[in-house]
Amino acid sequence: MEDKSLIRKNLLEKVADLHSVPDGAYNIRENSTSAGRRSTDAIKIENKEGAPGIVVTVADGTKNKSVHIPVIITETGITETVYNDFFIGRDCDVLIVAGCGIHNSGEEKSAHDGVHSLKVGENSRVRYVEKHYAEGEGSRTMEPKMTVDLAEGATVEIETVQLGGVSDSVRETTINAGDNATVLITERIMTDGVETVDSKTTVNLNGNGSSARINSRSVARGDSKQIFYPAINGNADCFGHVQCDSIIMDRANVRSIPEICANDVNARLIHEAAIGRIAGDQILKLQTLGLDAEEAEERILAGLLK
Amino acid sequence: MIRLENITYSAVNEETGKRNTILDDLSLDIETGKYIVITGPNGGGKTSLAKIIMGLYTPDSGKVFLDGEDITDKPIHERAKAGIGFGFQHPPRFKGMTVRDLITIAAGRKVRHAELCEYLTSVGLCAADYLNREVDTSLSGGELKRIEIATVLATDSPVMIFDEPEAGIDLWSFHRLTETFRTFHQNKGGKTLIIISHQERIISQADEVLLIAGGKLSDRGTPGDILPKIDSFAARSCRYDKN
Repeated sequence: MEDKSLIRKNLLEKVADLHSVPDGAYNIRENSTSAGRRSTDAIKIENKEGAPGIVVTVADGTKNKSVHIPVIITETGITETVYNDFFIGRDCDVLIVAGCGIHNSGEEKSAHDGVHSLKVGENSRVRYVEKHYAEGEGSRTMEPKMTVDLAEGATVEIETVQLGGVSDSVRETTINAGDNATVLITERIMTDGVETVDSKTTVNLNGNGSSARINSRSVARGDSKQIFYPAINGNADCFGHVQCDSIIMDRANVRSIPEICANDVNARLIHEAAIGRIAGDQILKLQTLGLDAEEAEERILAGLLK
Repeated sequence: MIRLENITYSAVNEETGKRNTILDDLSLDIETGKYIVITGPNGGGKTSLAKIIMGLYTPDSGKVFLDGEDITDKPIHERAKAGIGFGFQHPPRFKGMTVRDLITIAAGRKVRHAELCEYLTSVGLCAADYLNREVDTSLSGGELKRIEIATVLATDSPVMIFDEPEAGIDLWSFHRLTETFRTFHQNKGGKTLIIISHQERIISQADEVLLIAGGKLSDRGTPGDILPKIDSFAARSCRYDKN
């Protein structure tokens, strides 16, 4: 018999670094129902009308506050699509910790598809951290979709982490940046076995002075497959940089297809992509520092995905 | 003490496909605590010799001893744990790993911030600018080389080998680096420093200079003994090359 409370605790730690009830606002979704919610004066969480999901509203001027909204699935056979909307006021500085953990020890498919809309007000900064983790024998899939609209001077830092256990994931992120808005995306993915990842990120730099940096790092092991489509469209006087680095191991397959598109003469866009095995001289160097070959390999992979 | 006994090492020349002898039945001792410089013409076998000591190359025949223990069959990481450190001529880059990470791995323990700064300062780098930088392509060749030297110093190994540490380093930094090696050796009296170098300034600091050419120990002695011989030796090597 599985200890569900232990599984729950483990999943919440993995996807949201939660060891207890978080400070500030939170909404925990467990097996398609609410397992806890708290709003604060500055951050209001309500049910979304007409569809499963929540609406998070952050008041103007809210600084140094966080909201945790993890989703966990511990039963087999649960498939759900959840619609979450975030409205961030002006002059805010907030952290959103999203994330999804699935434990599927049964034979039926478990899946969580999150459809997120994030609107960030003028001169606000949002750090959005999303960790995906899954375990168990049954199929575990996640298909997050996210649209972000940045007002003038707004900043969004998106950090997505998926370091194992998700059978299949399809991620789609679209960001529209206004004047002087800043986009920073860091994606870290590791796949093994027959897992697959399909990640598509599109940033539209619509405003003058806007900028974007997409940094995607991945490790593909076993027979896993990864596809990355990071794209930046420069539609104004803007700067964009896409960088994709992947380490390929065993019989894995990695496709990296960065795209930059300039629609304005003042757009400055760069892309870099590299796929390769761990370099032999890196292993040798770490061996001269006292690590054996296996330890050296793990350190190199951990460094890339840090 | 390091002892090499009858080391022969050969490697396939990628251009000709033929196997060339790099080290030819070479034997030598390196005394503990000495500052040794290995010099000699390009292709003479200096780097191969150093890599055989570290275990990066495996000799065709012969034995390697460290303080009387036969380490010929020990893998690289065990030689590192036994007390040998190695600075590469062309160190690799590590995307995602910071200078702090690398020095911490080298030290094999948690390293205090002040100590981290000392290692970087000793190679002429400002710690505040470098500690959290990734060891990636954003670093110049000279910066990478100095970080490489700092990692070897951080191992605090009883035997430290540096393969052409001056290569790729600007003149100002080179002067500082030679001073680092000199004071390091003075302050850490028990350590054996083995540097492969062509630079007179480094050679002149050594307790002993080993001249390696044609896969053999051609000569050994104090800098005063060896430096005058290098020019004439180079001229002889040229004549041999023409033949």
